[in-house]
Amino acid sequence: MYTVADLKKGLKIILDGDPYLVVAFDFVKPGKGQALYRTKMRNMINGSLLDRTYRSGESFEPASLEERTMEYLYKEGDHYTFMDQQTYEQVVMEEETLGDAKNYLLENLKVEVMLFGDKAIGISLPNFVNLRVTATEQWAKGDTSGNDSKPATVETGYVLRVPPFIEEGELIVIDTRTGEYSTRVKG
Amino acid sequence: MKVDALWLRANVIKTVRDYFWERGFLEVETPLLIPANAPEEHINPIRTTLPSWQLQTSPEICMKRLLCNGHKKLFQISRCWRSDERGSRHLSEFTMLEWYRSDCDYQTLMSDCEGLLQYVAAICQPDNCFFVHNSAKIDPFAPWQRISVQEAFKRFGQIDVWDCLNKGLYEEILTAVIEPALAGFGSPVILMDYPAELAALARTKPTDCGLAERFELYVGGLELANGFSELNDPTEQRRRFEDANCSRSKAGQDVLPLPEPFLNTLALMPESAGIALGLDRLVMLTAGVDTIDEIVAFTPEEL
Repeated sequence: MYTVADLKKGLKIILDGDPYLVVAFDFVKPGKGQALYRTKMRNMINGSLLDRTYRSGESFEPASLEERTMEYLYKEGDHYTFMDQQTYEQVVMEEETLGDAKNYLLENLKVEVMLFGDKAIGISLPNFVNLRVTATEQWAKGDTSGNDSKPATVETGYVLRVPPFIEEGELIVIDTRTGEYSTRVKG
Repeated sequence: MKVDALWLRANVIKTVRDYFWERGFLEVETPLLIPANAPEEHINPIRTTLPSWQLQTSPEICMKRLLCNGHKKLFQISRCWRSDERGSRHLSEFTMLEWYRSDCDYQTLMSDCEGLLQYVAAICQPDNCFFVHNSAKIDPFAPWQRISVQEAFKRFGQIDVWDCLNKGLYEEILTAVIEPALAGFGSPVILMDYPAELAALARTKPTDCGLAERFELYVGGLELANGFSELNDPTEQRRRFEDANCSRSKAGQDVLPLPEPFLNTLALMPESAGIALGLDRLVMLTAGVDTIDEIVAFTPEEL
């Protein structure tokens, strides 16, 4: 168990059954008064922020979280399945939990899955992923409209802006941190 | 740059020392390692391996004994220790300035505060003569505000301070509502006349025994000093120490030893007033930084 004296930025604790990350912390103690421990915490499942003030004597359960490398297998409805290649253990995550990460999930992609107990609560992706363009308009040579990008759909169904010279069937590199086109894969 | 901060720190300490020397105060050194502090409900001393001996949480007890011995104007700059206090404005080991005067009350200390802060600002920040906290400028030469605690709670929190105390909300309201409101003043603010239960070593007002002659000095919403007219009734003082220990015991805290020699000489103490000022915080205000870490040579985490 943690006590209020253990509170600091980066501490992970369990609150009402959910894992929370302490993102801001301060100790305040008015003259001769009781000490207060002010925290701002982020719910590690849904990302919501919470302000809480604690007093001496309160205690917290540590949230033990584990990151494991897993491979993305398939999607069924709103559910995405990942598998640990070492133990063959599978976990399922809902589209809502994945957020934007779903845009880059191609079968067999290796990702880091964050586990809280046996529940998967999030993934971290490689910074760059290669995805094939499945649909985009032809670039008309001599186009003088001045557009320096056009929409393109990649094999995961994600739509992004790409330079006009990108053609259907080409493999492009996408920065998963921004969701933007990075470069074209040659060859 | 920490180098600059340490030069400024040294200058503030020297300036404070000069201020009191020039005004005829005796600079004293009292022992840091003592058998008993004044027991307080919310202040935890650091114990040592000497059975029952502790590091001082304030030089208060020894300095008041010097008043009992007949000294009239005293000051001390010393290290104090309070267990488990660490935050952006707190260190477990910190530097305290305390001064005591006999034959006067807390009003005189308020004037001392004005003089001291104006002197420090003029010498340590000669270009602009003001303090800075959380980007706000505070001018010690502008007229100081004096507000009673009751009035502050009513005005800034639309709430009764006694009600807050009864509901255990005093600290929350003070730090979340009152202090930020005090930060809005461009001059230092004196919060005065505290409910008696919040002033274990202070004298109550002759006109209202529910209020103590205690004040806190705020600069830019930062609590800088705590002063009061001293209680010099040994029976009443013993009762308050025992009350503090009783509250500690109820809260699961250890019961602290009483400073018996202090209680035994307290009857000899003339009418007096004394004040403790967080010197690290005065350096923060002079440097215009918002964390105590920036103005000490090393934080505990760096050791």
